[in-house]
Amino acid sequence: MNTTLSWIKAYVPDLDCTAQEYTDAMTLSGTKVEGYVAADRDLDKIVIGQIEKIEQHPDADKLIVCQVNIGSETIQIVTGAPNVKVGDKVPVVLDGGRVAGNHDGKMTEGGIPIKKGKLRGIESNGMMCSIEELGSSRDLYPEAPEYGIYLFPEDAEVGADAIEALGLHDVTFEYEITSNRVDCFGVIGIAREAAATFGKEFHPPVVTPTGNDEQASDYIKVTVQDPDLCPRYCARVVKNIRIAPSPKWMQRRLAAAGIRPINNIVDITNYIMEEYGQPMHAYDYDQIAGREIVVRRAKPGETFVTLDDQERHLDENVLMICDGEKSVGIAGIMGGENSMITDNVTTMLFEAACFDGTNIRLSSKRIGLRTEASAKFEKGLDPNNAEEAINRACQLVEEMGAGEVVGGMVDVYPVVKQPVRIPFEPERINALLGTDLSEEEMLGYFRKIDLGYDPETREVIAPTFRQDLFRTADLAEEVARFYGYANIPTTLPTGEATTGKLPFDLRVRQIAQEIAEFCGFSQGMMYSFESPKAFDRLLIPQDSPLRNAIRIMNPLGEDFSIMRTQSVNGMLTSLAFNYSHRNKNVRLYELGNIYLPKELPLRELPDERMQFTLGMYGEGDFFTMKGVVEEFLDKLGISGRRSYQPEHDRPFLHPGRQANIYYKKTRIGYLGEVHPTVAATYGIGEKAYIAVLDMPEVTELATFDRKYEGIARFPAVTRDISMIVPKTVLAGQIEDMIIQRGGKILESCQLFDIYEGAQIRMGCKSMAYSITFRAKDRTLEEADITAAMKKIWNGLESMHIEIRS
Amino acid sequence: MKDKLKAIREEALAQIEQAGALDKLNDVRVNFLGKKGKLTAVLKSMKEVAPEDRPAFGQLVNETRAQIESFLDETKQKLEAQALELQLKSEVIDVTLPAKKNSVGHRHPNTIALEEVERIFIGMGYEVVEGPEIEYDLYNFEKLNIPANHPAKDEQDTFYINKEIVLRTQTSPVQARVMEQGKLPIRMIAPGRVFRSDEVDATHSPSFHQIEGLVIDKHITFADLKGTLEEFAKQLFGPDTRTKFRPHHFPFTEPSAEVDVSCFKCGGKGCRFCKGSGWIEILGCGMVHPHVLEMCGIDPDEYTGFAFGVGLERIALLKYEIDDMRLLYENDVRFLKQF
Repeated sequence: MNTTLSWIKAYVPDLDCTAQEYTDAMTLSGTKVEGYVAADRDLDKIVIGQIEKIEQHPDADKLIVCQVNIGSETIQIVTGAPNVKVGDKVPVVLDGGRVAGNHDGKMTEGGIPIKKGKLRGIESNGMMCSIEELGSSRDLYPEAPEYGIYLFPEDAEVGADAIEALGLHDVTFEYEITSNRVDCFGVIGIAREAAATFGKEFHPPVVTPTGNDEQASDYIKVTVQDPDLCPRYCARVVKNIRIAPSPKWMQRRLAAAGIRPINNIVDITNYIMEEYGQPMHAYDYDQIAGREIVVRRAKPGETFVTLDDQERHLDENVLMICDGEKSVGIAGIMGGENSMITDNVTTMLFEAACFDGTNIRLSSKRIGLRTEASAKFEKGLDPNNAEEAINRACQLVEEMGAGEVVGGMVDVYPVVKQPVRIPFEPERINALLGTDLSEEEMLGYFRKIDLGYDPETREVIAPTFRQDLFRTADLAEEVARFYGYANIPTTLPTGEATTGKLPFDLRVRQIAQEIAEFCGFSQGMMYSFESPKAFDRLLIPQDSPLRNAIRIMNPLGEDFSIMRTQSVNGMLTSLAFNYSHRNKNVRLYELGNIYLPKELPLRELPDERMQFTLGMYGEGDFFTMKGVVEEFLDKLGISGRRSYQPEHDRPFLHPGRQANIYYKKTRIGYLGEVHPTVAATYGIGEKAYIAVLDMPEVTELATFDRKYEGIARFPAVTRDISMIVPKTVLAGQIEDMIIQRGGKILESCQLFDIYEGAQIRMGCKSMAYSITFRAKDRTLEEADITAAMKKIWNGLESMHIEIRS
Repeated sequence: MKDKLKAIREEALAQIEQAGALDKLNDVRVNFLGKKGKLTAVLKSMKEVAPEDRPAFGQLVNETRAQIESFLDETKQKLEAQALELQLKSEVIDVTLPAKKNSVGHRHPNTIALEEVERIFIGMGYEVVEGPEIEYDLYNFEKLNIPANHPAKDEQDTFYINKEIVLRTQTSPVQARVMEQGKLPIRMIAPGRVFRSDEVDATHSPSFHQIEGLVIDKHITFADLKGTLEEFAKQLFGPDTRTKFRPHHFPFTEPSAEVDVSCFKCGGKGCRFCKGSGWIEILGCGMVHPHVLEMCGIDPDEYTGFAFGVGLERIALLKYEIDDMRLLYENDVRFLKQF
């Protein structure tokens, strides 16, 4: 929504403030001004001059030399403009002045300075300018010539301020009006707020009765078949129309609001839409068949040509304005070509109606046509505003001599909208705001914005144009706005103390971050939605449950169309991004959700599982990644019964270099080397490694409880054991056996050598462990050690392991 | 004898004086005080001394020995100090050579900003709560006073899974979820990921983060809201930060406000970050709408409360002067390691 300062001042004549003061004060009272533009910001030293003499330039065919009277003196100006003649009154920029742009309409920030100088040897002391050079256009000043200097009317005062004469000493404000303040989509509504904000008198237009002795109802009959979609329909008739340009003051106001003046009738409907926020439509009465208007839903499959000459396809949810035979307009959106006003119109029908906002919004969306009118209607207008607006339009018709207004109005308004009455509870308002304002102060604020008060019932009466006031909290906001948010005290909540806390799962997440970062991984952030093609890139089979992903109905495109069921694609995409930018040794981690539907189509919310995903390429290998996983699990007290099961069921990982991570019987994640084919698909030209930990499982197992176990006081005994192991036996299995057989006195077992090669027979590897025993309460005796080692040996032998020492 | 001892002493002292190095000094010790040393030899000749003279002689030998030993120790310390000094001189390093760093990873700027916000509110007694990212329409809209066909629903460019389930467009549904649990009073913040169907560009992302705040208790006022957020702004942006509350409209709060803080880059003088205004809009807030309280089973006559929502990216981008939102999702380590 835009308004000019001059239009606001028309209703708040005492308003006296700068554009910045207006912006600040209005914003703080709730009518947010987004910005403003002064029409004259790049115009300087421009007066009305009259050309007294024109001579041909001696050295240039296309230039003329003019003597221009600027009131105080006559100056010489050289111009190339083709349209001036002696006696013309023109805008003249004096030496040292500025214009806003070029004559072709191109604007220059800060304006173009004009200096006196010589043109082909002849002195020129200024410049005559076109409407474009003045920063405007022929659209807004239709009287301006197509090429050449703007010409003032004959009665213009020579020497006067040309900017003023053109109405360009004005400021246009742009507002952000929130959806609850429908009244502020019209100049009157904003002016009311401005008056209240600055404590000035508000003088809205005084609408006087209009019309001849005839009755509109003798001209037209209106039937509303769908009153739920059209709560009110007002119609008036104007005959003997004289189409002409509208008066300059109206043209200027429309121009400043960015609306192109067309003719008196069109301008009046546009003017009313700006002033009252009420869209109107004018029909050529002679094109209305059967002298009747029927408001009904469109027929299924109905098509209709709107006045922009486009054929529109409609359905039965779209409300139509029809005559006795045919549709003549899409209600609230756009009129039809078949009934539009032409220059030959003699009698017209004015429509000011109120339509259901939601219906207009949905219809406008479905048809694919959003207009100034539909944008207003979709907010849900006040039906009581329509009558005032149509009468104001007729008043303007009479004042401007645009036609003869027929008396009376046809008004279909079955259920009259009543003002809302809200109990006035000043103590509750103070309690909500934390203020201590008197009843009188509050009532004073209400009066400023035309809210009524019934002292009998102690009720505040919200006029129907305020569709946002229903209860005490709403009134509290009105009080707060005009008392000033800045004046409300600042306190901190009192009452029962609460303890701030970070829940357990977030603490676990913080540990994940810390460990990852200590290990050189930086945190990335991946999208939650991705392309279904990710599954193909990851070689995930067609029948994999991972492919059961939740689809977004209205995605930003196929690449963002499913909610991810794995976090690997995001990680590989980011690693690939780094690889393609030649970043070396990249380590990334992510904490983000995957979304696993319980069933598809989705009926209840999916299982959102936070995944701790690590990815790297460059320095390090599988065991580096495994080390990070171990550090993380150790930190969370998930130590002891951890195991890594070699698997090959994840197609995106190297079949011989992947493992599921278990704690006891629970699978808490997996890690592995990225399958070379997959790495190549993503464009990662090195070995890459991935680890994924399922945070809900990890969190379930994590504990921050620790118990000090004392520092060992008795000596440890270490035995090394060297063996020949079948290749199929895993280190983890050997360790499990040693731990199981070692008993309570086993402190640790550490692999210190592993070798496969020429010296070892085929199918075997040589491994050596260092096994440490210690008792808490005594020095171990040789017999203890021997017994334990014997058990271990027996165990290992049962695994077809040959003990060498 | 006496003279002999004197001569030995003089000789020893002279040799110590000249030793000049620790190994030579040790030779001197052996030569004089060792088993076969000169002084030891004198002591061995004790039997040649008349018995009555022996105590005096013994004393004299011991004195000589003590003198030699003391000078030896003294010289040894001196030489050791010299040797250490020499060693230290030879070990001088160029301290400006490059450091050997443990390459530690870096946290995402979003997380850093979030942790800052969490720290502030936990300090004020707030609990951190999370809610689902895929959410029922009921919680995302209806329970927040945004009924079906409300224009605000269109304004938010919602991603739909189906008619009832959406990608949450705001963290506000967590408000409704926590209120419904009925445990009062409430002081919570709910950070999290939200979604709107905006095409990716320098200033838009279809996925971003908000932090919702909610306080419900008896006698909570708009003044409390102001005080809380002023404190928050001061802690986040510095003690000189000023705040400006502007009336606004949100369906789920009444009265509502938008909050600007004095620009933390220029202090309010006006710069490119605040587009010359001196103020930066950082959040929306208001008193929880009584109808929202009612829908969540809380009696608005007994309880009041306030809520606020902060855009995390907005804070992170401004605070770290990041000029393109796409950087946040590219995960380029050259970007990440700057935080």
